[in-house]
Amino acid sequence: MAEKKTLRQEFTKGIIKENPVLRLVLGTCPTLATTTSMESAIGMGISAAIVLICSNIVISALRKVIPQKVRIPCYIVVIAAFVTIVQMLVKAFVPTLDEQLGVYLPLIVVNCIILGRAEAFAGKNSIIASAVDGVGMGIGFTVALIVMSAIREFFGAGSLLGHSLLPESIPPMTIFILAPGGFFVFGLVMACANKLAEMGGGKKAKLGGCEACPMADSCTRLQNGEACETPAVEETATDVVNEVKEAAE
Amino acid sequence: MKVFFAILLTAILTNNYILSKFLGICPFLGVSKKLNTAVGMSAAVIFVMLLASAATYPLNTFLENHGLGYLQTIVFILVIAALVQLVEIVLRKYIPSLYNSLGIYLPLITTNCAVLGVTILNIDNGYTFAQAMTNSFGAGLGFMVAMVMFAGVRSKLESCDIPKFLEGLPITLVAASLTSLSFLGFAGMVENMFGV
Repeated sequence: MAEKKTLRQEFTKGIIKENPVLRLVLGTCPTLATTTSMESAIGMGISAAIVLICSNIVISALRKVIPQKVRIPCYIVVIAAFVTIVQMLVKAFVPTLDEQLGVYLPLIVVNCIILGRAEAFAGKNSIIASAVDGVGMGIGFTVALIVMSAIREFFGAGSLLGHSLLPESIPPMTIFILAPGGFFVFGLVMACANKLAEMGGGKKAKLGGCEACPMADSCTRLQNGEACETPAVEETATDVVNEVKEAAE
Repeated sequence: MKVFFAILLTAILTNNYILSKFLGICPFLGVSKKLNTAVGMSAAVIFVMLLASAATYPLNTFLENHGLGYLQTIVFILVIAALVQLVEIVLRKYIPSLYNSLGIYLPLITTNCAVLGVTILNIDNGYTFAQAMTNSFGAGLGFMVAMVMFAGVRSKLESCDIPKFLEGLPITLVAASLTSLSFLGFAGMVENMFGV
């Protein structure tokens, strides 16, 4: 029974309390780029969620096999493999989505959410817990994308999911589906999420809040003027090099 | 020659990688607080983009000749990560002065989506090698322009009286939106200048 409850917590935390986009501020690039229409946002959300769930399961299954020192390059290879699979599936079965997402589909590889969850969760927990965590985080990511895209598509194109909602007499504000509108809507959604979190007794979302992401970790260090000390990434870096050397030998 | 200028200006102004393609948002929001870190980071990005494109372009031709095009994503990310780290080690050993100004930013950019993005877009757009290098250089310069401009905006923002609910990340995003709006003014410029 206790086990069940924790699993439920793992599931719900990704959707609200630790929403990857709005609370942990991870994966901002796809959030801004693919939310011009609800259709592409849902496509992006589901693709990233599939990669996240599969890579979480595989990384968790391999967590005792992967040596601690070369774990990040291993994670990257696993993630890149699943991204390639998803890319091929999307190209074969949903070619229109492939056109809409374009370069952002292969860029799921460098999405901080996936590497972050591998590092912070899947590398340390059981397969079932990691799968549940992946499903929760994936849904959280998709929900955040859908909220953003619903606002942008409604104001920017006067439609939702391609169905026109506004009468012809009201011209849509195209700026919302252009780049500035993306930043603007993300800012406002973030402000609302902060307000809700504060009412619930939580903290404001901060870029530095994403300890899980090696990249963002170094970003905050840079801000504090401790640029030379980037252990997390440094380690990753040397790991990659070591692995290449070993492979060469 | 005309084509190269068109590619360069498109990458810097009309299709700025940060402000209109949303690639590299993490460093854009994270490292733009101070002007000198913004410049250092962008210089490193220009360097890595050129290097990564130079390495991945022939590699992609090799992969496609052998019918391995589907391995593109995996190969590119591993090559970029390994390459950047090798360069870092070489710089640290032989050119310490350059390492001190650029090197500290290098590990940050290995998993940057702007770098992987530019290498994939070079291939997707069907550029020749010279065009690909021009595009990478332009993308890096555009990154620098956006970072430096935004660092200026943020330093002004710090002395402003901001409504409480917008403090922190939200106001930064709204400021980014306005910076991005200013780049919309360049839309159509390149097409009219070069008739491409």
